[in-house]
Amino acid sequence: MSTVRYTKDHEWVRVEGDEAVIGITDYAQTQLGDIVYVELPEVGKRVEQGKEAAVVESVKAASEVYAPVSGEVTGANAALNDDPAKVNSDPMGAGWFFKMKLKDAKELDALMDETAYQKLVEGLG
Amino acid sequence: MRYLSLTDADRHAMLAAIGVPAVEDLYRGVPPSALLTQPVDLPLGMGELEVERALGKLAAQNVAAGSVPSFLGCGAYRHHVPAAVDYLVQRGEFLTSYTPYQPEIAQGTLQALFEYQTQVALITGMDVANASLYDGATATAEAVMMANRLTHRKKAVLAGNLHPHYAETVATYARFNGFALATRPLDPTGNDDPASLIDAETSCVVAQNPGFFGHLRDLAPLAAACRKAGALLVAVVTEPVSLGIVRPPGEMGADIVAGEGQSLGNALNFGGPYLGLFATRDKYVRQAPGRLAGQTHDAEGRRGFVLTLSAREQHIRREKATSNICTNSGLCALAFAIHMALLGEDGFRRLAELNHQSARALAKRLAAVPGVKILTDSFFNEFTLRLPRPAAPIVEALAARKILGGVPVSRFAKEHENLLIVAATETNTADDMEAFAGALAGALR
Repeated sequence: MSTVRYTKDHEWVRVEGDEAVIGITDYAQTQLGDIVYVELPEVGKRVEQGKEAAVVESVKAASEVYAPVSGEVTGANAALNDDPAKVNSDPMGAGWFFKMKLKDAKELDALMDETAYQKLVEGLG
Repeated sequence: MRYLSLTDADRHAMLAAIGVPAVEDLYRGVPPSALLTQPVDLPLGMGELEVERALGKLAAQNVAAGSVPSFLGCGAYRHHVPAAVDYLVQRGEFLTSYTPYQPEIAQGTLQALFEYQTQVALITGMDVANASLYDGATATAEAVMMANRLTHRKKAVLAGNLHPHYAETVATYARFNGFALATRPLDPTGNDDPASLIDAETSCVVAQNPGFFGHLRDLAPLAAACRKAGALLVAVVTEPVSLGIVRPPGEMGADIVAGEGQSLGNALNFGGPYLGLFATRDKYVRQAPGRLAGQTHDAEGRRGFVLTLSAREQHIRREKATSNICTNSGLCALAFAIHMALLGEDGFRRLAELNHQSARALAKRLAAVPGVKILTDSFFNEFTLRLPRPAAPIVEALAARKILGGVPVSRFAKEHENLLIVAATETNTADDMEAFAGALAGALR
């Protein structure tokens, strides 16, 4: 059973056991426009909840992607190097950014579930 | 906006608005000992004729490189710049739009920058060049910081053939950006091998070719040593004319080329403004500092130019930008591009050959001066002499005879006080060389 949580900065995290997959939401990719480059963290890098973990660059802007939870990076989506547009076409699937080993599952409690996140996005108009 | 100075009425209005009776009251917090009681002692205004006369007298004290036989080099070279360069650079279409604030409407400027980048990439043997940086020394510092970003390491090795001013500039950046340096001592033999200083923390090795003392070396073994250790090779070129006949750094395995572009299109200018050349491999382009002009097509399929990859730049990414460079040496780059276009590929090679021939003739002539030994075994247009005595007073004696006889190494390193670096370009005639050799022999007697 996997759990998906969202941040107010429009990252999503899907957790299965102690493994977490991270990406940006559909709302985020729509706002950014055509993604042209993604700078991914290196495997083995330790990231902290709320701190910069990746960079996503679109034709409009370059933005930081913050780690929704703390832990160690265990994998990065190399397919994005050749085809960053996957973030636009399938942000919650093939457009994932990186995987990590979760340090403390309690950190998830601070994040939003699907309903809460949808409410946030609707509030943004 | 008005550019008129303030009237008394303006001053009164401003003082009234802030409720202060007089200008002096604004300085009440300054201790009396720190306040000027008398006006600054400056001469009163002069008429135009008097100013011309006074400045002319000052200027006459200079021994300008263009007016006497000059053999100065060390990173700044006097070349013949065709009159067409100055004429074209000063045309209003280029001069008033020298920097593309709103890039898409400055198509001519962007095209010129694109062509400049193409020329720099071609002569350095690299895939891509940026639209220029401020000068060779800061370009070198930017190259080191780029290598730090790419390798996630924080230590640079500086070779013993790197121009000391460049090394000092890198050291300044290191001090304030928090990276380490391992620096080899200046090496007049040209055989310094910085590879021994490479370790697991090394992001790059910075080596110059032709070296500070003039030596030409194959950088390929150093590039291989860098690659083996996961470090990058930053190749520095202070005399870009050399690239007309010398194997380009890109072909020797350099990852980043940083250099000084002044030699082409630009005069000596008292040391600035100069032109920072910067080129790298395609795969590293996103970490390259500064602007990049790119060629593209508009919606109707017409060729057009843009500033590309701007999202990594300071005006968008603020403090997280790849560098704090927001502009480029636009006008100097334009002059470079026009000079290169006038030369063409054959002309560029021929210019390089002329420089080398000139330097060989000078070396031959100076080697015949009693007591003078030439240290540089393989050179382009610059080499190092060992004199039997300290070089600085000799250079002074030559200057008194209106000959600029090279740069004494003691200006950079006291321990090499007998060494003198001399350069010859296409501007030096056989008469210049004869005068130099004769005066040098006289000064050494």
